[in-house]
Amino acid sequence: MPETTTPGTTPDTSPGLAGDSVATPVPSATVPTATVPTARGAAKDAKRARRAGRTPFGWYVAWTWLGAVVLAAVFAPLLPLWDPAVPDYNNVFGGITPEHWLGGDTLGRDTFSRVIHGARASLLVGICAVGLGALVGGILGMLAGYFGGRTERVLALVTDVVLAFPGLVFIIAIVAILGSSLTNLIIGLAILSVPTFIRLTRAATLVVAQREFVQAARAYGCSPLRIIAREIAPNVVLPVAAYAFIMIGTFIVVEGSLSFLGLGIPPPTPSWGGMIAGGRTELLNYPHISLFPAAVMFLTVLSINYIGERTRKQFEVKESNL
Amino acid sequence: MADTMATTPAIPATAGGPGAPRGARRRSAVGRIRKRLTHLLLVLLAVTFLSFVVVDLLPGDAAVVVAGDNATPEQVQQVREDLQLDRPVLIRYVDWLGGVLTGDLGSSFRTGQPVAEALAQRIPVSFEITIVAQLLALLIAVPLAVYSAYRPGRLVDRASMTIGFGAAAMPTFVFGMVLIVLFAGGVSSILPATGYTGFFEDPLANLRSIILPCLTLMIAEAAVYRQLLRSDMISTLQEDFILMARSKGLSPRKILLRHALRPSSFSLITLSGVNIGRLLGGTVIVETLFAIPGLGQLIVQAVFNRDYMILQGALLFVAVAYVVINMLIDLLYLALDPRVRRDA
Amino acid sequence: MSAGVGDGDLLTADDIVVRFHTKKGVVHAVEGVSLRLKAGEVLAVVGESGSGKTVFTRRVMGLVAGGRGTEVSGTVTYDGTKLTELSGKQLSKFWGSEIALILQDPMTSLNPVKRIGAQLTESIVLHERLTKKEALARAVELLRSVGLSEPERRVRQYPHELSGGMRQRVTIAIALSCNPRLLLADEPTTALDVTVQAQILDLLADLQERRQMAMLLVTHDLRVVRSRSDRIAVMYAGRIVETAPTPELFAAPRMPYTEALMNAVPPTAGPNHVRLQVIPGRPPDLLNPPVGCKFSPRCPYAQEKCLAEEPPLRDAGSAEHQYRCWFPVGSAAGAEARARNVQRGTSAAGTPVTEEMVLT
Repeated sequence: MPETTTPGTTPDTSPGLAGDSVATPVPSATVPTATVPTARGAAKDAKRARRAGRTPFGWYVAWTWLGAVVLAAVFAPLLPLWDPAVPDYNNVFGGITPEHWLGGDTLGRDTFSRVIHGARASLLVGICAVGLGALVGGILGMLAGYFGGRTERVLALVTDVVLAFPGLVFIIAIVAILGSSLTNLIIGLAILSVPTFIRLTRAATLVVAQREFVQAARAYGCSPLRIIAREIAPNVVLPVAAYAFIMIGTFIVVEGSLSFLGLGIPPPTPSWGGMIAGGRTELLNYPHISLFPAAVMFLTVLSINYIGERTRKQFEVKESNL
Repeated sequence: MADTMATTPAIPATAGGPGAPRGARRRSAVGRIRKRLTHLLLVLLAVTFLSFVVVDLLPGDAAVVVAGDNATPEQVQQVREDLQLDRPVLIRYVDWLGGVLTGDLGSSFRTGQPVAEALAQRIPVSFEITIVAQLLALLIAVPLAVYSAYRPGRLVDRASMTIGFGAAAMPTFVFGMVLIVLFAGGVSSILPATGYTGFFEDPLANLRSIILPCLTLMIAEAAVYRQLLRSDMISTLQEDFILMARSKGLSPRKILLRHALRPSSFSLITLSGVNIGRLLGGTVIVETLFAIPGLGQLIVQAVFNRDYMILQGALLFVAVAYVVINMLIDLLYLALDPRVRRDA
Repeated sequence: MSAGVGDGDLLTADDIVVRFHTKKGVVHAVEGVSLRLKAGEVLAVVGESGSGKTVFTRRVMGLVAGGRGTEVSGTVTYDGTKLTELSGKQLSKFWGSEIALILQDPMTSLNPVKRIGAQLTESIVLHERLTKKEALARAVELLRSVGLSEPERRVRQYPHELSGGMRQRVTIAIALSCNPRLLLADEPTTALDVTVQAQILDLLADLQERRQMAMLLVTHDLRVVRSRSDRIAVMYAGRIVETAPTPELFAAPRMPYTEALMNAVPPTAGPNHVRLQVIPGRPPDLLNPPVGCKFSPRCPYAQEKCLAEEPPLRDAGSAEHQYRCWFPVGSAAGAEARARNVQRGTSAAGTPVTEEMVLT
């Protein structure tokens, strides 16, 4: 059966330096540079190694941006901003002015204020939906991975059904049946993310369940639920969390796409996707209306992806035999 | 051992261990395939039934929608009976299923157009865009991934990673909007911003009309594919058999393409398959942005119009596509990895 | 330092250094190793994991090259050609055809998705310009010569269809496919069942003799090489600590580490209840090697001098037998050092020493 290989399932395989036969640290590069070790070559190598160990500048930039967005979102009501819902008729299609830092939208509402208030909605949807999906999917995935057999087959069926059902139709249905609200959107997205988390957690659980300490706990006669809670959960939580972090970025984009289709967070509440979509009609004349929220969303998702990817890379072995 | 584990407990009689004769092993393979087919059939049934239930739960009365705004209650009731909406969900589902098995997908509630005909109009459009976008994505991603894995951390790797990062962080519709501004009305107007021309009507116009949608769809996928293949390839390149191949004196090119690529491509194939399955069901955003009459538009309109029959037929196609693609991936695995051949 | 002597050497490695610059620091994998190998000779390189023997072999071949955090120096000469001055492309002309490699684990050293036949013929086609058909015939012949049954069927099989011992026979066949004059066998039997190990080693010895090829046999197991090598080089922490013709090394080891290795191996003859000696302490830390003799932290002979100064490689009677020790085994100084450590109960490095532990 083809299991979707989800990123982050690789267990810790940092290269050991001790064993000289396994995983020699750096047998790379066919190009035999520096056969004669000039002092310069050695210094260059050392410099390169130091650079590899240093935290790159982008890491701080990403965290700073993300921190700023989160703080602004949390404290948005306290900040001296324009009311995001009130139009200013002098600011329709407005450009950058001292009063309106990022200009105004098609109704003349302040873009800067709306971007910050929009961050609340976008982040809330991303974090809550992923959190909920990871929790439910994580628990089900551990059960599937640990018990196997019928549990696993039933969950595989559920997973496949959700994956084979177009997500968008599902969201439309949820919104239509339960009403259009932030909570319902979160629930819908969470359900859609559950299968991925089941697969991811299941794969990680299969690896952990083979380890000695789990076998030992089993031999002692610990109850399965206790083993899952005490032995397996702590060991699968890291890869799942790393993946969940990246999923937050994905869901911010998904929320944007839904808003673009008019299915996202209902209108008076600003959201990034809704703002980008709102400027679509004036795209060719006043591109900045869509551009600013798009840029903010882009930078936020980029920061999340960058941080998540770098965190994941800590587990990745780098050099090749070639 | 793998055989026994895989076949128990559903079909215990076909346990073919390592020492079992060839016939037993083949029978266990048949058992596994049968189990897989059963599973996929269940998925099909569950998805189609689920869609019936979902549509049933949707607020708004289809009969009212169909009968029109000015209809009298009697007329609405008449429509309801005509469409058999007064019967329980399960009965209607079984009815519909019976129809599907005899090749009758029903007709649209609103236009009376046969569902099969509506699907036949839309599927080729979605199919063309999906396949072209996937091929483009793979064509760009695979060489970049192979070279990046060969020289990780060098210019090509870093540059393609940076661009890929950006692409993955950009929502599809934003990228599509950027393309429109650049090529269809803003900076230049060399391509149509909206619309779709069939291939058999005018191949050139067809090509021009799918360029922007395909580019929009392709970019994020190419980024993900590159990243996935690169990282799988890097782990393959650490294998002893690569060192062994090098020690034979093979050129890096041969080692990369003949030794490393195939064993590194399994996750990529799975993901690409899943994506094709997903995209065949329509790409609502791209279709909306570029006004393309694909399956996604059809589905969304059917939901809003409460056009059950169209929706059912479309969802059936999506589920079948998912199932068929899954089976194709399985077969591809068999072809690519001899180790699976023994177990499966 | 020169490896000395001269003509008839097929391979000389002179002052080989390999260092890896990593995040944690510089790994001193190989530090100034010199070796020479005559045509048709078997040289065993013995050491524990972390002794640098694998990195050394790969450096000899050129599979480990400089750049990207890897620092290399020293020269390797093969049959008059300085391998260390060749480009990657030039080097690969030697690989497979002149110098071949066998790796430790046959489970991982064969490509799982390619048929045995394809893996065997690709280097034949590459180096000898034979047609696919001729190469396949050669492949069948090779498989037969390494003792595989039904070779015609084997070439169509995949690695996972073969047992570990059979796979190692396949890798040997691959290594020998272009009649190399030098075979580097890196722990060729470590990953195999004990019962299969002897068969593979005998096969290697047999093929080596029949083809008159030189062999560098890397192992951690002294017992394995006693009857199957002409000379032995013992490596520790990236250095050669003792080298001698095989009989002489077993008769009169000078380096305490060699002695310890011998005591850690059950004797093949004699009473089988002899107590095995465990070498105290851990394998050397290549990130922060000790200042003096690298073995001093674990050595029962260690004196203050050993901790402060690294002993040079010295001749023991002839240039054929060299060792690196201030208080060699079997010398008056060594006996005195041992007695002093037994008396105070510890070596100068603080390792506990008892009468029993230094029993020779």
